[in-house]
Amino acid sequence: MTTGILLQVLQTLLAILLAPLLMGWVNQCRAWLQGRSAPPITQPYRVIRKLFHKDAVIAHDASPLFRFAPYMIFACMALAAGIVPTIVNDLPFSPAADVIALVGIFALARVFLALAAMDIGTSFGTLGARREMLISFLAEPALLMVFFTASLISQSTELPVIVETLAHKQFVIYPSLAFAAVAFWMVSTAENARIPVDNPTTHLELTMIHEAMILEYSARHLALIEWAVALKLFVYSALGIALFLPWGIAQAGDLAALPLAVLALLGKLLAGGAGLAFLETISAKMRLFRAPEFLGTAFLLAVLGMLTHFILEV
Amino acid sequence: MAEFANLTLETAGRHVWRVRPAADQLVALARAVKEEGGQLIALWGSDDRPLGAGYGLHAAFMTSLGMLWATVALAVEDPAHADLAAVFPQAGRMQRATHDLLGIRAEGAEDTRKWLRHGAWPANAFPLRKDYAAATVNEPDAYAFVRVEGDGPHEIPVGPIHAGTIEPGHFRFTIIGDRVLRLEERLGYTHKGTEKRFEGMDLATGARLAGRVSGDSHVAYAWAYCMAVEQAVGAEVPERAVWLRALFLEMERVANHLGDLGYLGNDVALAFGFNQFWKWKEDWLRLTARMFGHRYLFDSVVPGGIAVDLADDGYDLNRMTRRLDDEVAQLKRIYDEHATLQDRFANTGIVKPDMAARLGLTGLAGRASAQAWDARMQFPQPPYDRLAVNMATQRKGDVLARAEVRFAEVFESLRLIRDILKHLPGGAVRAELPAVAAVREGLGWVEGWRGEVVVAVRISADGRLDRVHPHDPSWQNWPLLEVGILGNIVPDFPLINKSFNLSYSGQDL
Repeated sequence: MTTGILLQVLQTLLAILLAPLLMGWVNQCRAWLQGRSAPPITQPYRVIRKLFHKDAVIAHDASPLFRFAPYMIFACMALAAGIVPTIVNDLPFSPAADVIALVGIFALARVFLALAAMDIGTSFGTLGARREMLISFLAEPALLMVFFTASLISQSTELPVIVETLAHKQFVIYPSLAFAAVAFWMVSTAENARIPVDNPTTHLELTMIHEAMILEYSARHLALIEWAVALKLFVYSALGIALFLPWGIAQAGDLAALPLAVLALLGKLLAGGAGLAFLETISAKMRLFRAPEFLGTAFLLAVLGMLTHFILEV
Repeated sequence: MAEFANLTLETAGRHVWRVRPAADQLVALARAVKEEGGQLIALWGSDDRPLGAGYGLHAAFMTSLGMLWATVALAVEDPAHADLAAVFPQAGRMQRATHDLLGIRAEGAEDTRKWLRHGAWPANAFPLRKDYAAATVNEPDAYAFVRVEGDGPHEIPVGPIHAGTIEPGHFRFTIIGDRVLRLEERLGYTHKGTEKRFEGMDLATGARLAGRVSGDSHVAYAWAYCMAVEQAVGAEVPERAVWLRALFLEMERVANHLGDLGYLGNDVALAFGFNQFWKWKEDWLRLTARMFGHRYLFDSVVPGGIAVDLADDGYDLNRMTRRLDDEVAQLKRIYDEHATLQDRFANTGIVKPDMAARLGLTGLAGRASAQAWDARMQFPQPPYDRLAVNMATQRKGDVLARAEVRFAEVFESLRLIRDILKHLPGGAVRAELPAVAAVREGLGWVEGWRGEVVVAVRISADGRLDRVHPHDPSWQNWPLLEVGILGNIVPDFPLINKSFNLSYSGQDL
């Protein structure tokens, strides 16, 4: 049990500390693919450190909610990082929340971000919050559908059971997971405000979704939000790995498999980050009102995955 | 224009005609120009009291003859003229600016709000009057935006401070959901008193200032200014200088179009396009700096000729144009075949040809909406009369059309550069200006990359500048941006704006 708790703490800390590195890696790959010289992979850490050293400027009309929201958002993401198995499966924290509760945790963070954006009453905050709600109410059902497909295979909505079924049981090919994986990638781009749904590097305030909501944040608040954004990308990547490529993860209590599990995770994140950068480089941002079609397609693919499961796998 | 047979047309340069109608003839003249398919290009005023008259109102019309420069004498007390905006809507903002700067009223005008004045000088003082002595004040008075009433609409004020490092302008959107119901622009934030600064300057310094009216069109402004000065004093410019000016102008066009095509990619988050085009733009600018000493050719055009000669036969430039031909063609293929990019560009920000004609859309944006005007082709100044320029036009009037015109003009300019290098005559590149001891006026007119740049100059008897009015095509095109955005969604505005890429500095003066 003590080992379990130790591993749990280790894994959560690892996620929190590694998350900016993943962001730095994606940015580096993007720069290389675009023919630019890349910033160092540690750049996100430097940005966060810089922001923590600044004095916060807060709008006159901001309510306590505005100050509180960044902590809440960061806490939600840290909690999610504790639930998703990355290096060790079946940790003491895992039964606390299944995949449906996980979607709820993401939604909670989003609600706080949107409320904080509207709290200060600038037009951009409201604009961003409205767009975020439009995107998320379409993304969440599709995400749930992806989880359901995986759950149907393992007969459980608990992440450890899903991972266990794929990673440590007899190897079976599940065609339904192929559909679910594509749907998951589509939803992830929307949820993480990446191209083609949103552009994290834009300076054009009228086109922003996620960035428009955090325009008024500065210093430690902004640092927490930026960190939470990196953490969210990490958690989503870990989720994708857990659902579709869990091989290499250590079984509970198997300390000997730990080094290999860490290496496997790093390898998968490196490949995944490079893949994300590649897809972002070849895509342009779609017109805002195409996003519902895009997410509708994701939902459709997830449903197809589920049907495939019933037709081919039962 | 038979009814104006009694008006004498004086020639005032190649394809430029001067006419002095009476105040009550101006509107009829404008109507006649409109009827034959012409446009109002520029409108400005002058304080003629030191010359023993009252005030002057000047209008430049594009007609089948060329540029018609009409000057109307106005009274000393309460100078006013009949409203031209009813005939040419583009006159509206120019009239408002003329009032802010000179106190010349447009009688019967529908919109009489201030335009360039932002409370930095009192409402009853007029900076371009020769006896202006008011102290700088800071009394920002409210500006009455047009309000949209009703339940659904929601207003978003954007700017003048933006999230990126761009020029300042205020955009007031009225939206329903994300759809734009109305856009109103408020400009003038970069008003620097450029026209006042010209007063009393010597002719050579004036060229430096003219080139800085809008930095991205340095050569166009400097050339138009020099053309006006040379016309006014009757100077002969050596042939080689004229050819090299055209070379500079085409190099400026290529640099700006490459930059804009990159920006268009960037605005749809295709950073790949941005980086590629800007890599080539950078190489182009470095080559320019190596050849002529300045990346943007600043101060290369001077009254009487040019300041920097081409040192060799331009072998490097020639090779670079061929290289760019291939590279830009390849990048164009990538843009053409990118589904999301095409989806964003096509049918976005449409300005239909009839609307463009009605409101006077001009230059590059005009050519993308079937307004086939290009001074280099229809009214060529030397050396364009020997170069046979091919005009690029489109009918659709959307972002894609404006991108297509840019692509076509890049290829055409690269061809023209090779042509110029091939036929470049030898000889001197600069001539002395003859001294004059009387008041002289002139008008220069150059097709810059954004559209026609017009500079009108009056030189006083002591040989110094008395009044200079630089006119940017952005004056006519800014109002069309308000039209192009209608029915589009807010997040498409930056893309539409960039496809016009209008100058703030050039119209704020």
